[in-house]
Amino acid sequence: MTSLAVTHAPAEAGTWTRVCRHADLIAERGVAALIGPHQVAVFLTFDGGLYALGNRDPYSGTHVMSRGIVGTRNGEPCVASPMHKQVFSLVTGACVDDPSVVVPTYPIRVNDETVEVSVA
Amino acid sequence: MTSAPGTRVVVVGCGPTAHRLVETLVARGFPGPITVFGEEPRPAYDRVALTSYLQGRSAEDLTYPVPDGVTLQLGSRVTGIDRDGLTVVTDTGQAEPYDVLVLATGSAPFVPPVPGRDLPGCFVYRTLDDLDAIRDAAREATSGVVVGGGLLGLEAADALRGLGLRTHIVEMSDRLMPRQVDAGGGAVLRGHVEALGLAVHAGSGVRAIEPGPDGRAARLVPPQGDAIEAEVVVFSAGIRPRDELARSCRLDVGERGGIVVDAGMRTSDEHIYAIGECALAGGAVYGLAGPCFTQAEVAADRIMGGTASFEGADMSTKLKLLGVEVAQFGEMSGALDVTYLDPVAGVYKKLFVSDDAKTLLGGICVGDAAPYDTLRPFVGRALPGSPSDLLFAGAGASVELPDDAQVCSCNNVSKGKVRTAIAEAGLTDVQGVKDCTRAGTTCGSCVPMLRRILAESGVDVGKGLCEHFALSRAELFDIVLVRGITTFSQLVAEHGTGRGCDVCKPVVASILASLGNGHILDGEQAALQDTNDHFLANIQKNGTYSVVPRVPGGEITPDKLIVIGEVARDFGLYTKITGGQRIDLLGARVEQLPGIWARLVAAGFESGHAYGKALRTVKSCVGSTWCRYGVQDSAGLAVALELRYRGLRSPHKLKAAVSGCARECAEARSKDFGIIATERGWNLYVGGNGGFTPRHADLLVADLPADDLVRVIDRFLMFYIRTADRLQRTSAWIEGLEGGLDYLRAVVLDDSLGICADLEAQMERHVESYVDEWRAAIEDPDKLRRFVSFVNAPGIPDPTIVFETERDQIRPVPVVLEGVRA
Ligand code: SRM
Ligand SMILES: Cc1cc2nc3c(=O)[nH]c(=O)nc-3n(C[C@H](O)[C@H](O)[C@H](O)COP(=O)(O)OP(=O)(O)OC[C@H]3O[C@@H](n4cnc5c(N)ncnc54)[C@H](O)[C@@H]3O)c2cc1C
Ligand code: SF4
Ligand code: FES
Repeated sequence: MTSLAVTHAPAEAGTWTRVCRHADLIAERGVAALIGPHQVAVFLTFDGGLYALGNRDPYSGTHVMSRGIVGTRNGEPCVASPMHKQVFSLVTGACVDDPSVVVPTYPIRVNDETVEVSVA
Repeated sequence: MTSAPGTRVVVVGCGPTAHRLVETLVARGFPGPITVFGEEPRPAYDRVALTSYLQGRSAEDLTYPVPDGVTLQLGSRVTGIDRDGLTVVTDTGQAEPYDVLVLATGSAPFVPPVPGRDLPGCFVYRTLDDLDAIRDAAREATSGVVVGGGLLGLEAADALRGLGLRTHIVEMSDRLMPRQVDAGGGAVLRGHVEALGLAVHAGSGVRAIEPGPDGRAARLVPPQGDAIEAEVVVFSAGIRPRDELARSCRLDVGERGGIVVDAGMRTSDEHIYAIGECALAGGAVYGLAGPCFTQAEVAADRIMGGTASFEGADMSTKLKLLGVEVAQFGEMSGALDVTYLDPVAGVYKKLFVSDDAKTLLGGICVGDAAPYDTLRPFVGRALPGSPSDLLFAGAGASVELPDDAQVCSCNNVSKGKVRTAIAEAGLTDVQGVKDCTRAGTTCGSCVPMLRRILAESGVDVGKGLCEHFALSRAELFDIVLVRGITTFSQLVAEHGTGRGCDVCKPVVASILASLGNGHILDGEQAALQDTNDHFLANIQKNGTYSVVPRVPGGEITPDKLIVIGEVARDFGLYTKITGGQRIDLLGARVEQLPGIWARLVAAGFESGHAYGKALRTVKSCVGSTWCRYGVQDSAGLAVALELRYRGLRSPHKLKAAVSGCARECAEARSKDFGIIATERGWNLYVGGNGGFTPRHADLLVADLPADDLVRVIDRFLMFYIRTADRLQRTSAWIEGLEGGLDYLRAVVLDDSLGICADLEAQMERHVESYVDEWRAAIEDPDKLRRFVSFVNAPGIPDPTIVFETERDQIRPVPVVLEGVRA
């Protein structure tokens, strides 16, 4: 993987926090990062896309989103909460089966081989 | 009434019927504002499935989605209706004007006026709040009584039993479920209920509920005989329509309650409708969801300016309670009747027919509801065969239904409607039929019938795994095996679409593992695993994990016991003896898992695969080594089998047990494979299950010597692994095998498919290639790197995980959920 990775988040952002090396990410397997008080789940998809979502599963209240199975629903990259399997879009953070439930999404980028997230 | 824009609809009551009404209005594009007042603090939920809440389903899961544009006023009771001013008022003084008012106030449980009925510890069984209160009370209690042995009473009794209470049922009538079964059926039903450990007091009433010294309910005193211990009392003695609002504004109500409505569900006031369990339609109050839903749809149609009418409804019922099927359809009497009784198996089936024995009038089933599925649609029609033939399940299964026969009574859907939907919308699975016709969406008992209609319509029924694979698990298995595929990416690229999901990925992970493709966390396989497999531990409700080392056959040395105790103490874990004869250590954070396992592995423990769809435990009894009755060394065999099949990935988990004699202390007949010692060898039973749908295992073969036994089990397990569906236990697999047990015997004993050598070789490869997953993980720094809460702060635990102390051990502090749903 190289830093050619596509980032799928709004470009405007405040301060960037380094999370890990891009090479540390395994495709379709998330990691969690602690940024100040925020827990962020970071995902690399098979096609090289990078996504950052809130790590809290709104249905169970636990911070486990990074541990869900990553895949697609109708072509859209998604993650299933490992607790009770509700599926969320990596792009919008919305629950696929109940769009009124949304987890936050954060800007993410690769800078010099390093993955950075902005929670500001 | 018209549906002019601006027409304001107000609904009183927010139960299933109200939900169906507003859902229908919204779906049909009703143009005006809709406001629903509900006394309960939450949106409408599936009351039919109420009991599943006590079995772990969440309130959110039971709650219906709120249709767009509907205003809900929850926790708000309507206390008055001003019919002249077209306004309702609530207990908080809010006034809401309406053009159309719909009363959907449901019903309230009837509590007989006996002394002590208001004591703490006395409950009804109607709402989620009732169930929360019952569950809380049950924590401190050991005994419970349900007053009323009808359908709901038995359901409540089962729930109390599930909460661990010694449970009694007190029923006025001389039998249980008097409205659904006759005396003969009642006797058989009673046998089933008592066999489950519930005490039945039929023909008995209640004189009083008496308190104990703490002022809480303690005893139920019957008119005659001894008092019954009763710390939790649930009244389930019938329901009464909630017509109090209607009475207070002088709408017509029936003599025995219920708001009088016409065929259009309109009350004696043209602006007001009444639907659901509060309505008296055609002289009857309907206490089942199906007719209530039909009423809601009729009222919605009328509000939209239509002319639909409610013509009464089928009150047939079928339920599976306490593992016993009970069903009743049509009339409960007739000129002639034919009865089938098997007191040993606990089966009672009766059909009522016309005096010429040609027309079916109704039927009663206890212990086997097959005639319900096949014959209910024939009520009032010519019988499709001779009554006695039809009473045998097998004979009924081939009966073809006419198009106008009703298949889903909850939603009043005919076979023709289902067939048309399948043909016109090109439906290919049960979900599609549900979405299109609503059939199957309520009690679910018609789903097998829907599957049959799909099959009759030439649809290959739902074997595709998910949107990514149109293939069944068994087909994928064959492809992976034959083509030697070793990665998900190759499989999905060549045989599927997209990038998979939480359904197909674990299936493929399991197939790859069954075929021996190295460590489950190697390379791409890691991304296929469920969180449990990924961390080689079971996730718990607060995001921590449990650790379950293997204890083969439940046999453990004192030294190893001490190590488990020390590890638990040193890492601050909660310990519990599991139902599988081993020890669970709970509350481990991700980053603690490697350290815990390093200690356990050093002491000679290995993964117990409690997290995997894999062999769990082989339970044992002490057997002939110690037990004075034992005829074989059951513990020894259990240990050998557990070591042979450990780590074997399968479509669902696998459990086994070995008992040393026919007394069966290891409960082998509740296992996927169970072995019971005989004087001459071992009897092998297969397809047993505890869990959701308990099933006793069937005897596959008797009196085998140990070597032959192992060979047959090898073949049985591998054949299951090759051909079963995803998450299908051996019990359901065997039930679904065409040809059943005889077919299975032919395959694994007589080698009718010529695959036994293959199956054995495949098992041999598994046995030889087995390595302990946890040992391999702690020896590999690359895998260990993933056992952290935070990639950018590996030393820091998740700060949101907090414990408190209970009975001298940790327990998770409950997570506070701010409402998920708006
Ligand atoms: C720990 C234990 C309860 C206990 O404290 O005793 C347990 C705990 C769980 N059981 Fe169980 N079951 C445990 C014995 C049983 C038994 C009894 C037995 O094995 O003899 C049964 C009934 C027997 C059977 O399976 O036929 C049982 C029937 C289930 C079922 C229903 C299976 C079914 O076929 O209907 C589930 C749900 C499922 O697998 O889909 C389940 C699922 C679970 C899960 C995995 C639920 C979950 O996903 O979180 C629980 C997590 C385990 C963990 O360690 O975190 N558990 N569970 C028992 C572990 C046994 C062991 O040592 O491995
Ligand atoms: C445990 C249980 C199991 C069941 N199992 C089955 C089954 O297997 N099959 C089947 O067909 N049926 C079953 N039923 C029956 C089924 O649930 C009912 O037929 C259905 O709930 C009726 O719906 P309803 O909306 O008319 O009434 P309800 O569900 O009673 O809803 C009425 C709602 O209105 C509210 N309300 C009342 N008065 C006011 C007021 N003045 N202001 C505001 N709100 C008010 C009530 O609080 C309640 O929430 C079961 C019921 C229970 C309790
Ligand atoms: S099953 Fe038989 S041998 Fe085993 S402990 Fe029970 S009585 Fe003894
Ligand atoms: S009969 Fe209840 S859902 Fe169809």
